[in-house]
Amino acid sequence: MTPFARKRLTRIALNAAGLLVFLFAVFPVYWMVSTSFKANDQIFTTDFIPFPTHFTVEHVDRVLSEGVAGNSIWLYMRNSAIVALGTVLIGAALALLAATAIARFTFRGRTSFLILLLIVQMIPAEALLIPLFLNVKRLGLYDQLLGLIVINVGLTLPFGIWMLRTFVAAVPKSLEEAAWIDGASRMTTFWRVLFPLVAPGLVATSIFSFITAWNELIFALILMSDSSGYTMPVALQFFFGQRGTDWGAIMAGSTMMTIPVVVFFLLVQRRMVSGLVAGAVKG
Amino acid sequence: MTNTSTVARGGGASPAPGRRRHAPQRPAKARGLSPRAVPYVLLAPGLLVIAGLLLYPLGQMIVISFQKVGIPQINGKKPATWEGWDNYTRVLDNEIFWSSLRNTLVFAAVTVALTLVLGTAVGTLLNRLSKKMSTFVVIGIMSAWAVPPVAQGVIWRWLFDADAGMINWALNLLPDGLSELLFGRSDWTGEPWLNDAFTIYLVLIVCVLWSSFPFVAVSVLAGLKGIPAELYEAARVDGATPWRIFRKITFPLLKPVFSVLTILSIIWDFKVFSQLYVLMGGPTNREAFNLSIFSFAEAFRSPPKMGVGAAIAVILTLILLVVTAVYIRQIVKTEDLR
Repeated sequence: MTPFARKRLTRIALNAAGLLVFLFAVFPVYWMVSTSFKANDQIFTTDFIPFPTHFTVEHVDRVLSEGVAGNSIWLYMRNSAIVALGTVLIGAALALLAATAIARFTFRGRTSFLILLLIVQMIPAEALLIPLFLNVKRLGLYDQLLGLIVINVGLTLPFGIWMLRTFVAAVPKSLEEAAWIDGASRMTTFWRVLFPLVAPGLVATSIFSFITAWNELIFALILMSDSSGYTMPVALQFFFGQRGTDWGAIMAGSTMMTIPVVVFFLLVQRRMVSGLVAGAVKG
Repeated sequence: MTNTSTVARGGGASPAPGRRRHAPQRPAKARGLSPRAVPYVLLAPGLLVIAGLLLYPLGQMIVISFQKVGIPQINGKKPATWEGWDNYTRVLDNEIFWSSLRNTLVFAAVTVALTLVLGTAVGTLLNRLSKKMSTFVVIGIMSAWAVPPVAQGVIWRWLFDADAGMINWALNLLPDGLSELLFGRSDWTGEPWLNDAFTIYLVLIVCVLWSSFPFVAVSVLAGLKGIPAELYEAARVDGATPWRIFRKITFPLLKPVFSVLTILSIIWDFKVFSQLYVLMGGPTNREAFNLSIFSFAEAFRSPPKMGVGAAIAVILTLILLVVTAVYIRQIVKTEDLR
């Protein structure tokens, strides 16, 4: 074999492997989406039907009109969106302040705070489930979306700060110093110089918090007793009925829950990975 | 002079000594706030949230684990009574605890190992693909990573469905002889994967591996991009094998990345909840519990035994802290937390 032929063969083998990885990753997602558009005779079959030839939107229709657990899926989507957006708005403000403190100032207790951030991320949410449930009940936030928002802020904040501080640190300090020399105040410098430069990082961090809150299951499961307050992850559980599972409907519901996350994810994936790893590695 | 004092408004950020004495000449904006106080003021709201929503409840959980908290206590009708170590002895005497502990540990060990191996392999592969092909594959694997955990559970529960699932159909495609040789059976029609603890965990491993390898792959790829190509060329000129190159160049240089990936994977896989919850259809199959679900079931299924649930959660947290302490120390030591 000539070196050229061997190189070509290697390339083909590599591409084939890449394609295989792609299929392994994408097929389950594709299967979810395609099942939600298949007529029931193509869902409940022992045959493999790769593509919905009996294309139908009846499942999508059904989850929107009839819904599940007494409400349309729209209501659960709305609840999830309220919780996730509320978490992001509060969390982003808090994270930005704290991240600026860490990345721009040297002060006593800074290292301890960083170590604290690392350690609180190890605490499993399950460990906080019982006390937070009791506290939420005591504060009268049980069965209210606000209770979920507050808890999600707590769950996402440590990582939010951790991730955002690398973005703040990446903005050259000399830019702010130049603004100071030109006589800008601290606030002006923050809003006009630092903030616009950190904004992309803030968006990435916010999307990460959004996704975490959007996906959160356990707290939503125990803090909402009335079905009108369910979020999507809780509502999906109710499709698994006693009388067999309505797979078309549950796939339609899952698809609706998944789409916004996947879109957000692909938008910020590059920044998110650098934030996760650089944030953790570079300290 | 005016200029120097404006610089001083940067507060502690500028390390030059002596500047601080210009602080009294700060302009109106910074009124009443000494530069020294600024970082603390910025940090305070976040710190309060962390203290109130994470640290204080953590303390409460430890207290509750020594108490009896049932329905009357939840409704505030009766004060919680002190139980001493009773909750813990009750947990340790329960065989479900031991099977949950085993499930948690074995699942985490297997899944973390598989995720890291597959992720690293895919990351290395991505690095060798053309730019177009690599972007294509990255977008594919990112969409798997993005799927919400509940939807992941739903998808894999559907793929492994006994009657209409893809997996049973695919296994039936295998030549009978091969299937017989590998699994001791040739007919997979109606195989119920999600009834038995062992097979539930097989499905769970596939599900979690599928959703978590992309992160490892993309991180490893990002790390590989940072290694100068000259190192590899030099190694190749010296006739090093690919495996040797990985061991002697890639691994040592990416060690910090690997340690972070390992710790994150351990944390994520230890507390897997949503996927298992969906695959089991709620906390029903006691043999398939892991510690998270065991704690959840004890505390929130009637009759609620919050004290026992808290004791299990304390044990889970302790295990997690011990397992990850080594890595936290390493991060703190090597990264000097700039």
